[in-house]
Amino acid sequence: MKGSFFKAVIATTMLASTADGAFAGKADDTLHVAFTKELENVDSYFNSAREGVVLMRAVWDGLIYRDPVTNEYKGNLATSWTWVDDKTLEFKLREGVTFHNGEPFNADDVVYTVDFVSQESNGVKTQRNVNWMKSAEKIDDYTVRIHLKDKFPAAIEFLAGPVAIYPNEYYAEVGPSGMGLKPVGTGPYKVTEVVPGQHFVLEKNEAYFDGPKGQPTIGKIDIRTIPDVNTQMAELFSGSLDFIWQVPADLAERLATMEQFTVANESTMRVGYLAMDAAGRSGADNPFTKLKVRQAVNHAIDRGTLVNALLKGNSQVIWTPCFPSQFGCDQDVTQYDYDPEKAKALLAEAGYPDGFSTEFYAYRDREYAEAIALYLNQVGIETDFKILQYSALRELNMKGDVPIAFQTWGSYSINDASAMVSQFFKHGALDDARDDQVLADLDIADSATDPEVRQEHYTKALKRIADEAYWAPMFSYNTNYVFTNEVAYTPTADEVLRFTTMTWK
Amino acid sequence: MLTFILKRLMLAVVVALTVSFISFSLMFLSGDPAAALAGETASAEDIEAIRALYGFDRPMLVQYWQWLGAALTGDLGESYYFKLPVASLVAERLGVTMLLGVCGISFALLTAVPLGVAAAIRPNSFIDRLSLFLSVAGQAMPSFWFGLILIVVFSIKLGILPPSGATSWKHFVMPTVVLGYYAMPAIMRLTRAGMLDVLSSDYIRTARAKGASEVRVLFKHGLRNAIIPVVSLAAVQMGFMLGGSIVVESIFALHGAGYLAWESIGRNDLPTVQALILIFSMFYIIFTFLADVLNAWLDPRMRSS
Repeated sequence: MKGSFFKAVIATTMLASTADGAFAGKADDTLHVAFTKELENVDSYFNSAREGVVLMRAVWDGLIYRDPVTNEYKGNLATSWTWVDDKTLEFKLREGVTFHNGEPFNADDVVYTVDFVSQESNGVKTQRNVNWMKSAEKIDDYTVRIHLKDKFPAAIEFLAGPVAIYPNEYYAEVGPSGMGLKPVGTGPYKVTEVVPGQHFVLEKNEAYFDGPKGQPTIGKIDIRTIPDVNTQMAELFSGSLDFIWQVPADLAERLATMEQFTVANESTMRVGYLAMDAAGRSGADNPFTKLKVRQAVNHAIDRGTLVNALLKGNSQVIWTPCFPSQFGCDQDVTQYDYDPEKAKALLAEAGYPDGFSTEFYAYRDREYAEAIALYLNQVGIETDFKILQYSALRELNMKGDVPIAFQTWGSYSINDASAMVSQFFKHGALDDARDDQVLADLDIADSATDPEVRQEHYTKALKRIADEAYWAPMFSYNTNYVFTNEVAYTPTADEVLRFTTMTWK
Repeated sequence: MLTFILKRLMLAVVVALTVSFISFSLMFLSGDPAAALAGETASAEDIEAIRALYGFDRPMLVQYWQWLGAALTGDLGESYYFKLPVASLVAERLGVTMLLGVCGISFALLTAVPLGVAAAIRPNSFIDRLSLFLSVAGQAMPSFWFGLILIVVFSIKLGILPPSGATSWKHFVMPTVVLGYYAMPAIMRLTRAGMLDVLSSDYIRTARAKGASEVRVLFKHGLRNAIIPVVSLAAVQMGFMLGGSIVVESIFALHGAGYLAWESIGRNDLPTVQALILIFSMFYIIFTFLADVLNAWLDPRMRSS
């Protein structure tokens, strides 16, 4: 009776089912990809998500392109550029380029885009990507100058990253909301369908210029937002997805053992670190104001084991408040080997022979934070573990109420040390060190146009930060990419999916 | 009766306002909304600019009052995250959640009530034990796990149902079962308990003694009385399904209002959260009101009270 009941249910369901739309694969030249995050707006200036960066690189172009492997800068929408003076850059623009809607690309587009995004009242989401620009000036149809507010040597890196050029006539007409619904760029892929936050379809731009990004080969990219990673895996197994990324290490390990999938792993620029209140903002008697306590924290944690056991892949132990590939991120600084006995001795010397207790904050990656807290407990630093929303932790941090916290920073994929160390050590609201010497060096490094001067002063700042153990830098993150065997792709360290470099096998 | 309805409606409005005010206050405890909106890469200046732009520097009561005034005129504001009118955003997402909720509660009622009646007719029989097993399993099994099991069986192994999305009726089969199964045990046990209680009462014995058919005894005299608490429970469960289908919507990537509420809380998207809380609480109130009316129809004694 029971058996026949279940048979009946299954039979009925099978009868009721019919072929359900297209399946993934190269047969229909459509790559099916999943995004975990619901993207608020496709307009790249009005989202701050990694997924937004991915779409931006596919749909729009910047003036400059940085080769993600060699880190060499190449002309993209510009063919060449020169520093006119410390605060002015001149670009020769590529001729014969058209936007997806047929609008021709020229100096007016660059001027319009720069003038729009650099104006704070227009509300570009990530201000630091654009607020170093003052304005742009048209010299002729294919020559343009960008005027900077101040000396900013990292300008080239930013122009090779988050500064995308928009069509002036179209953007003036539709604005950010219109651009979000019907994006128009010069990029290798054009957007043909947007269901906000849920679904995007990209199609190959047949008229794409012969630039450094290369010509796209896959005809169509279908991106769906699927928040649950298990569901993404199910879609992959059932054949309705070809490509997923940001797959947790344990799942990626299991998928790697299966023949039908390729698992690729690559590091990212995100660095995890412990920030300590050395300046005594959370109380002058705060133990972290003592150098020996901060050194003890650095000696208490086995970073190598954390990387091998939890992060895996291409993660690496980090000793600096920046990612090693970033310009100026010298790795030759004081390193603190894992030595819990030494940590206990340092604590005793600092006046805490029995250790002490402290609030310990985190906002993501609970398992990493818990492991770190456990290491601290083992040397006598008893932690009152608190995990908060990012905004809540940041608010506490800015008020100076956080004695020690596990945090991370992704530098927005900017390959320059200023994107991380200068963010946290220049006496801003998030600076818990407040070291004048570090500030002086960073001021020079951030504004000098001579690369050697920059390098020298970043190195000085990084060495002092390490010697004073203001932070306990931990490790870099990595990302797992899983795709079917029909797809060929080599990920890059900046964690940007480049559809142009994906091909069918 | 009219006075009763008016009183209930006034109470409903007071409850909705109270809920919205408390939730409005709680949202401010979850961290600085300006910092959340500004994102991870923002500087202190960016955050201050956003604070001024969105009016977070005003007293909370003033912010609430202004929001309420606009909401009463139908203006639910603009989502901080999506930069779209909240009314259209919610309307777009609510359809999926409503459909899911109606399907879920229908599935729960259509399976739980017959099983509950059958279990009550023959206590300690196979069907009673089966219903007990199903209710224990339903209560014990987390929705996300059950959902994934269904995906493994019906999408990966059998390949007959799509794992996620919302573009055809087939996309709703597994979410309906998962959501409905969560509500089913309570309805089934309540139906069984109610039926057992009613079936042992004097008027049922009288009805049988007067020669009424078993079907009439069970459904006309028995179920009609036993179902009264079930109606109230179903109304509450329906309200829960609308607001609480977060896990199901997340697993099956349905992009409904429940998931939107959950995500919006994390993003400190105050206008969206406020609108959804108001709408969900209004639904709760409407369902319980309708349940009261239905109960009054089922049991005439309740009309006078």
